[in-house]
Amino acid sequence: MKKSISLEVFEEIRSEILKTRDTQKTCVTVCGGTGCHAYGCLIVSQAFKDEIEKEGLQKSVDVKTTGCHGFCERGPIVVLQPEGIFYQRVQLDDIKEIISETIKDKKIIDRLLYVDPKTKEKIIYEKEVPFYKKQERIVFGNNGFIDPTDIKDYIALGGYKAISEVLFDMTSETVIEEIKASGLRGRGGAGFLAGKKWEICREVPSDVKYIICNADEGDPGAYMDRSLLEGNPHSVIEGMIIGAYAINASEGYVYVRREYPLAVKNVTIALGQARKYGLLGESILGSEFHFDIHVVQGAGAFVSGEETSLMASIEGRRAFPKQRPPFPAQEGLWGKPTNINNVETWANVPYIINKGAEWFASIGTKKSKGTKIFSLVGKINNTGLVEVPMGIKLREVIYDIGGGIKNNKKFKAVQTGGPSGGCIPAQLLDSPIDFETLTKAGSIMGSGGMIVMDEDTCMVDVARYFLEFTQEESCGKCVPCRVGTRQMVDILTRITQGKGEEGDIERLEDLAETIISGSLCGLGQTAPNPVLTNLRYFKDEYEAHIKEKKCPASVCKDLIAYYIEPEKCVGCLLCLKNCPATAISGERKKVHVIDQELCVKCGACFDVCPPKVMAVSKVTGRKKRRVLKRSLEQRDRK
Amino acid sequence: MDTGIEKIFEEFSHDQKGLIHILHRVQAECGYIPPQAISKISKHLRISEGEIYGVLTFYKAFTLKPRGKHTVTVCTGTACHVRGAPMIVDELKRKLSVEVEGTTEDNLFTLETVNCLGACALGPIVVVDGEYHGQMKISEVDKLIEKYKPEKKSEG
Repeated sequence: MKKSISLEVFEEIRSEILKTRDTQKTCVTVCGGTGCHAYGCLIVSQAFKDEIEKEGLQKSVDVKTTGCHGFCERGPIVVLQPEGIFYQRVQLDDIKEIISETIKDKKIIDRLLYVDPKTKEKIIYEKEVPFYKKQERIVFGNNGFIDPTDIKDYIALGGYKAISEVLFDMTSETVIEEIKASGLRGRGGAGFLAGKKWEICREVPSDVKYIICNADEGDPGAYMDRSLLEGNPHSVIEGMIIGAYAINASEGYVYVRREYPLAVKNVTIALGQARKYGLLGESILGSEFHFDIHVVQGAGAFVSGEETSLMASIEGRRAFPKQRPPFPAQEGLWGKPTNINNVETWANVPYIINKGAEWFASIGTKKSKGTKIFSLVGKINNTGLVEVPMGIKLREVIYDIGGGIKNNKKFKAVQTGGPSGGCIPAQLLDSPIDFETLTKAGSIMGSGGMIVMDEDTCMVDVARYFLEFTQEESCGKCVPCRVGTRQMVDILTRITQGKGEEGDIERLEDLAETIISGSLCGLGQTAPNPVLTNLRYFKDEYEAHIKEKKCPASVCKDLIAYYIEPEKCVGCLLCLKNCPATAISGERKKVHVIDQELCVKCGACFDVCPPKVMAVSKVTGRKKRRVLKRSLEQRDRK
Repeated sequence: MDTGIEKIFEEFSHDQKGLIHILHRVQAECGYIPPQAISKISKHLRISEGEIYGVLTFYKAFTLKPRGKHTVTVCTGTACHVRGAPMIVDELKRKLSVEVEGTTEDNLFTLETVNCLGACALGPIVVVDGEYHGQMKISEVDKLIEKYKPEKKSEG
């Protein structure tokens, strides 16, 4: 059997690694998150490597594909360290220039800099970009410096120091005390105190215990867990080892969504390396503590993000939730005491051990400590991942960090908490972001998705979207969830089709109540939330759909018509050529007309009409009826 | 193909724990879960075929029907939804004459949706065989599909 690596040997390895590191050496870091992947970052980083080799600069310049930098909107992102020069939307053609101008001659390439849309100022350094300025990147901070497939990068930055402190200087009780004192609450949604959860699990007597990392990040629009697992997997692993030591578990599982292939790959590589360095397996760092972690890939079921369902899935069964109590801490995986936490929660743990509970508790609000990572997406200028201290105002996140709403549209709502959450309206923009405030507003913190919606978003359609989602993902075990969500979807669909009736709103509220009280797990208990908060803040939109058969945001297909305004149309033939239904007639330089009978409302005409012309518009309500009538008359005349 | 499937089993002990792992591997190997595979898995894991059928139909990752040559996946996460993903799905349904989860008659395309890919900056996103096409427009759908059709002389 392989001899374990002792703490002394491990620290020697660390100093060896540090000796080879030169913090002043130029390092080209290319963001390797999934967003940048889609933009083609791998080609960019390979091209950098090739070009640097060609120039014979390997000795003075490193190239690194790092974890996600968060600013997905501007990918592929390249940051030149140690200065932190920030280049965005870097293409293959730019690489030679970056090497010759910036790396060799220390000159900045203006064209690749980020321009602050407010001040029109060009910004050179990453930390000065407004998107990053108000953030407090703790958990996420190392992502941009680490090659996630190389454990040495993590070790060089002080990685696995926390576990050595825990193993040799702390008892399981003091670890739990520390986590409890920090006030760390679960980042997966419910916000239960992590230390308390560990304590419950530790106190249950059992020869076998398990640790699970829930990386089944199912909320649409939330991807911070994926980014952490992809970008800094060792911080999650270190957190899990600490947790395992605290509750005395010998086996752990990381349950990852199958839609995240890169996360699966990186965490698998990281586990292999951690084993090699004596950080997993028998006698970790020469101590008497044994622990190992396995990766399990999900199979595409939203409900498996629920803890008891997730465990059923690891056991190879259908992901059905179980009645609680007994809680997983008492009877979890294979009936054994199990502690399950979310990715971001685990990633916080090593920082708390390293910097102390007091430091952690000094960040955030009275009841919500530390930072939280949000994925800021939707109709927002700066799409990306942001890490902010708890208690920051929604307005600061959306306007200062997010750069406001796309195309200068009006803000309507921000959706938090995924399908279990709700839409927070403009009048609450100055609320602080913490567990309690969001709950009071009718939403939840959830895993941290923040989907921004503007005036062109229909709230009834959004509610229908979420209900359809939960309806489809309901496992079917509890009747109120299985049948009730179906009824709600049917009613909402009717409303969006202009077939809403008087009393529909009350029926929705009634059903919601039944589903909430009659479902076993979080999926059902929270499924009606998007409708309930929507009704609280946007009831007028429901009424417009039901009474006036009008979609104020012009989204619901059955309630709108596309119309070419004769006074604006220049007769360019663009829409006519792009119409898949040949519903548009007209000649060059003559006004085009849509035959409403033939129109399939695909929106292609709206899409292709040049922005300068903007002759195609969407009409709804009374206006729509007028357009339809006119179209019929024109038809008859022909 | 048969020997391929049985080789997969070797790594797994005779209990249900390995079921989802095995199904993933068979799906990857064959592109779907063939009926013969179910009885073989049942014998190896010593669980009933009914149980296996129950599990594999529960999860979206597994299919009982072979797929088309190309898989077209539209992200329908919330961010993509508010940026117009449903209209892209409609357009693809029209262009390919299939419903979601359906395969075209010539077995060339399978259309599916996914709850979120977490590449929201690029929304709405269409992924064809793992290749991302971000910020899709309805007017670009046709071109995208044509790219994956086998080359033929244009008809004019």
